Amino acid sequence: MDSDQRQESVGVDDIAPVIAPGHDYSTVTDQISTIVLTRRTPRQWLIGFSIAFVVSMALLYSIAYLLLKGTGIWGINNPVGWGFAIINFVWWIGIGHAGTLISAILLLLRQQWRTSINRFAEAMTLFAVACAGLFPILHMGRPWLAYWLVPYPNTMDTWPQPRSPLVWDVFAVTTYGTVSALFWFVGLIPDLATLRDRATSLLAKKIYGILAMGWRGSARHWYRYETAYLLLAGLATPLVVSVHTVVSFDFAISIVPGWHATIFPPYFVAGAIYAGFAMVLTLSIPLRAFYNLGDFITMRHIDNMAKIMLATGLIVGYGYIVEAFMAWYSGHPAEIYMIANRLQGPYRYVFWALILCNVILIQTLWSARVRRNVILLWFISIVVGIGMWLERFVIVVTSLHRDYLPSSWGMYYPTFWDWSTYIGTIGLFCALLFLFLRFLPMISIFEMRTIVPQDGAPKH
Amino acid sequence: MNPSASSRGPVDFDSLRELLARSRGREYWRSLEELAQTPQFRRQLENEFPPGILDAPNALNRRRLLQLMGASLGLAGLSACTRQPPEKIVPYVRAPEEFVPGRPLYYATGWAVSGVALGVLVESHMGRPTKVEGNPEHPGSLGATDAFAQASILSLYDPDRAKVVMRLGRISGWVNFLAAVEQERERLLARRGAGFWILTETVTSPTLAAQLGKLLAQFPEARWRQYEPVGNDSARQGAILAFGQPANTIYRFRDARVVLSLDADFLGCGPGSVRYARDFIAGRRPEGAETAMNRLYVVEPAPSVTGSMADHRLPATNAGIDRFARALAARLGIASPGADESLHGDFLAAVAGDLRANAGASVVVAGAEQPASVHALAHAMNQALGNTGKTVLHTDPLEAQPADQAASLRELAEEMAARRVDTLLILGGNPVYTAPADLQFRERLDSVRLRIHSSLYEEETSELCHWSLPEVHPYESWGDARAYDGAVTLMQPLVAPLYAGKSPLEIVAAFNGEPSKTDRDLVREYWQGQRPGGDFESFWNKSVHDGFIEGSALPAKSPPLNAGFAAGLPAPPQDDGIEVSIRPDPTIWDGRFANNGWLQELPKPVTKLTWDNPALVSPALAERLQLRTGDVITINLENRSVRAPVWILPGHADQAVTVHLGYGRTRGGHIAAGAGFNAYPLRTSTRPWSASGARIEKTGRRVSLACTQNHHSMEGRPLVRAATLEEFRKEPDFAQHMGHEPDPSHALFPVFQYEGYKWGMSIDLNACTGCSACVIACQAENNIPVVGRNEVIRGREMHWIRVDRYFSDDLDNPAIHTQPIPCMHCETAPCEVVCPVNATVHSGEGLNQMVYNRCVGTRYCANNCPYKVRRFNFYLYADWDTPSLKLLRNPDVTVRSRGVMEKCTYCVQRINAARIESEKEDRAIRDGDIVPACAQACPTQAIVFGDLNDPSSRVAGLSKDPRNYGILTELNTRPRTTYLARLRNPNPALEKG
Repeated sequence: MDSDQRQESVGVDDIAPVIAPGHDYSTVTDQISTIVLTRRTPRQWLIGFSIAFVVSMALLYSIAYLLLKGTGIWGINNPVGWGFAIINFVWWIGIGHAGTLISAILLLLRQQWRTSINRFAEAMTLFAVACAGLFPILHMGRPWLAYWLVPYPNTMDTWPQPRSPLVWDVFAVTTYGTVSALFWFVGLIPDLATLRDRATSLLAKKIYGILAMGWRGSARHWYRYETAYLLLAGLATPLVVSVHTVVSFDFAISIVPGWHATIFPPYFVAGAIYAGFAMVLTLSIPLRAFYNLGDFITMRHIDNMAKIMLATGLIVGYGYIVEAFMAWYSGHPAEIYMIANRLQGPYRYVFWALILCNVILIQTLWSARVRRNVILLWFISIVVGIGMWLERFVIVVTSLHRDYLPSSWGMYYPTFWDWSTYIGTIGLFCALLFLFLRFLPMISIFEMRTIVPQDGAPKH
Repeated sequence: MNPSASSRGPVDFDSLRELLARSRGREYWRSLEELAQTPQFRRQLENEFPPGILDAPNALNRRRLLQLMGASLGLAGLSACTRQPPEKIVPYVRAPEEFVPGRPLYYATGWAVSGVALGVLVESHMGRPTKVEGNPEHPGSLGATDAFAQASILSLYDPDRAKVVMRLGRISGWVNFLAAVEQERERLLARRGAGFWILTETVTSPTLAAQLGKLLAQFPEARWRQYEPVGNDSARQGAILAFGQPANTIYRFRDARVVLSLDADFLGCGPGSVRYARDFIAGRRPEGAETAMNRLYVVEPAPSVTGSMADHRLPATNAGIDRFARALAARLGIASPGADESLHGDFLAAVAGDLRANAGASVVVAGAEQPASVHALAHAMNQALGNTGKTVLHTDPLEAQPADQAASLRELAEEMAARRVDTLLILGGNPVYTAPADLQFRERLDSVRLRIHSSLYEEETSELCHWSLPEVHPYESWGDARAYDGAVTLMQPLVAPLYAGKSPLEIVAAFNGEPSKTDRDLVREYWQGQRPGGDFESFWNKSVHDGFIEGSALPAKSPPLNAGFAAGLPAPPQDDGIEVSIRPDPTIWDGRFANNGWLQELPKPVTKLTWDNPALVSPALAERLQLRTGDVITINLENRSVRAPVWILPGHADQAVTVHLGYGRTRGGHIAAGAGFNAYPLRTSTRPWSASGARIEKTGRRVSLACTQNHHSMEGRPLVRAATLEEFRKEPDFAQHMGHEPDPSHALFPVFQYEGYKWGMSIDLNACTGCSACVIACQAENNIPVVGRNEVIRGREMHWIRVDRYFSDDLDNPAIHTQPIPCMHCETAPCEVVCPVNATVHSGEGLNQMVYNRCVGTRYCANNCPYKVRRFNFYLYADWDTPSLKLLRNPDVTVRSRGVMEKCTYCVQRINAARIESEKEDRAIRDGDIVPACAQACPTQAIVFGDLNDPSSRVAGLSKDPRNYGILTELNTRPRTTYLARLRNPNPALEKG
């Protein structure tokens, strides 16, 4: 890293540093690696992981029941063919976006404040994509044939139908998952080597050693590493935009009033980043407190994330306005009715709750006092997470339940299994996150070391 | 271990003890030999594997490899096979004539409800009937059917049917029953039949009547009574009132220019409705600008199929209809007591004026549920208008023995109460469930010494009888019955009885001392007796082939009107609180179809409800009583009460509540039991159809009702396009200006050119009555499953064609529009582009095809279908297990499994069958060769299917009709199912504004 630039970037922002003063290379390494290498598993971790694990078993049970009985166990029906499954899919995918954005775009833009949050944001991305990826498969009537959406030479002599956005989805999501995993793993290599070197138990040494892939930290290693990491960042950058654009096509390509809108791609991408940053805040604020990471995840980080949330939240709000405008401008009775139905129909409570969560409450983030109040900010981030889920509910359900022929209008009521599957994925997400916290450094050690103020000479 | 091992050598116990003492930890040993490690034991261990196996790999050579592989392959093949049960395959030594495997045969037979037969053709695949079609030559059908006839095939295979003879709840057999009959006969012969009562449903069958006559001749003191819960007692009484004799009335709607229905649902149900619908619509087809249309006035309490077709509809209570009839009669010059001519001022004047202007070409038709006075007045009005003999004909009654059935049943009940009924033979019917409440039939039945009941199901009545006999289904037996015009319809079996059933003819024959006679012998002998001399064989063969006896329709007669009868009528009933109006259910009828899943799940034509029979009330009454749809109320009438959920129905008469019969069964199959509430307790033998003075109380409970359409307004969208005849004359293509259709040439890609066939469908909304026969026809043809009440509540019904119903205008008396919606087979189908796996594709003939095997069930196609015609198998809805239902399936149509989408195919199996025929004959498919199931069943021929590329085809002609339009064309879907706009012919005198 270029040290001049680093000093400059630190110097410019005199509000708060990206790392608390008084840290040197060894304190950074110690503090972060001890969380992983400690022999004693904290009791709170055990409790938290157990709860998350039990909830993820509910997911397993729900999936088993689903495969046994069919999608009929959910509340979906004839006008509303997609319900919680697709809502959750879009929600989880959206949450994943912050990771990629932080890792790739902020890296390319040399926003060094990203350093202390990128690792677990990437992990979060990966776990969110894992949760998201379950839903499109589970929501199918015959999930065991999901591989038919993948193009492969077969005796049926049939390929996927390339005009369907669901096929694009397969590519978008698998690419996203692969690149996210690669990016995360490559970023971990130097730290895995650190853990290998510091681990006391033989098993940990072996496992971290295998995962570190022979990393020795030579100059040549570092040189190649930096190049590879930048290239991966370059690869991941378009994904930030492409994945949710493709996901939005699932709706925008259709002719359903409320779905068929050209605003969807940018509006979905903004919404995804919005939800993603909300989730990073939701996770980092308690982690920071629990693991005493206030020195690394400073108020500067918190403040920046809140600002991004505000900015993307405003774009999302703009999206709502444009949707309504375009419906009116189309002059089509079904489009106009769709907006009226959102505002006044049977799901109006969901819509107004969404407006409250996503548009009204975040206006408080204009105030720096709110942005710096971590507890308040934590609540707002949760509210945004809920709001973004409600937004997908509004898009999926209220558009479908009353479309063109009033004779076919219906209602959608989620069932127990809808909820258990959804909550189960939250459990899975948390369980994976707990495992990650316990076994891998949640903050990039080597990258943190690069932003330690260089008073003394490097220790190595 | 081998027990003989110990004999191989002595065991040194001392050394063993030493060995064990030396060993550390716990030593496990299997036998003393093992412990001792004797050489014999070692040898034996090694010998566990037979020589040659352990070292086989070393010795493997090409021969050995091939041997082993061959053997493994053979063994693998063996293990993969399940042992097939032994089956004897017997080829036809002499194949039946025209019997070609894979090709269906059609046999003419009949289907009777309440004794009135509809001639049908039943499709039979390899000896198993699968589908019912109308008999084009039968006067009552003309090729069409109603929903009941379509669903009759499901009753045949109903797994809940009564299967065995039961005696006192235990399985018995026909042999035992016949022995008991023999014993009973001796007893009865000695008493000349005193105390022997026979209760049947309405008997129009000449053979059964002859059999019963023979029985009564043997047992002169025996009594034969008939009872039909939904019978035509009041029509009979009305005829007696007007003519002094019972008469059957038939109408010629084709020749009528003005029709007034006094609560007669002649288009929806009841005798002759299939034929009447055809005739009525024939008088309404607009042809060109100079077209003439008949005009229909309907006065009725609850909107019916006929009411939805009305040009002017007047909601009125039953009492109100009576008063209306008197007032109208007075206007037409018939003195009737209590006539208030000021009633319904404009409406009455307009109707009277219109009827008078079309004297001789009008019809006044009274509904079976109206009292005798209304029927008599209708006869008088028709006479006064000169309609009688032109549009209204009278014949002798259809029944072999016309009688006041309510009175007969009352007589039987009183005899039972007086313990004078010794033996009761109930042939069909379910009187314990259907008898009027005041007769206390259930309680009184107990006094009868020997009770015998024969029926299709084990029902409430069977439960209380000593002998419960399984009856044959009409498609399993020989029989005859009269059609609406008296034509004798012959019934022949399509299949040997599935269960040990016997026909009523055979049961009566057993009592006649002829237990060995089969139903075929009996029918044949009867008709042979009617035709002495002549060539009976050819007469018989022709009649069986045709399905009816030619020239057997009852001759028209003109009984003289009993002048002055009207003056003798009692004073008209006055409104007294809330009136309860009792009607047969539109799909379950009197309860006889309660175990038929197709009919249970068929949305009722006006309410679109399934699986339930709520109490229908008007919006105004609901407002007054503060009722919401789904509220459970108690309806109290005199000292009887029932509990029912409320359904608010626009267009219902105010101050009245309509309940439907047939629900609330406790026995009769697992589908029948538990659905809806039983309305029979509200019924008395004197007031079977309506009673005033009801009190309604809210219970505070609420239930959800399974309705397939919860939204009743078109929201201003031009879906059903309608105009008055006047507007149509001015602008025949009005419908085409009500929507927008993008120019196909604006598309990025050139429009696909269809070289060969280009299938299309046209649905005439002016002809559609909403009767829903098409829905059941489609269900039967396409193996569509029944999903059940809860799944309908969740919006998961599977019908491929549905009949949408919209209300418009006035809430209290709305116009009712119906619109059948099959798949539109859009040219640019939105479903096709979004399917990720090519499971729904467009054929080269324009069909939007569904490939079940390829479908993975993303449901995106259903979301993107603006017509919402796609149906998804959320669960495994099709019954894959019940053996009898497997026989029911159409072998030409796939039975779908869980997780796949399905929808209307335009009956592609019929298209392909016609294609094969045409290719065999080296010709093109002719117009009319392909008739989809919906079109075939339609009584009014509203649905026309054909090749749009053939300029001479009917559908191509209709596509150029000025009334032709597509719905949602602004989405550029370019549907190939198009509609012909609806026309109304209002009376200018009544058209406001």
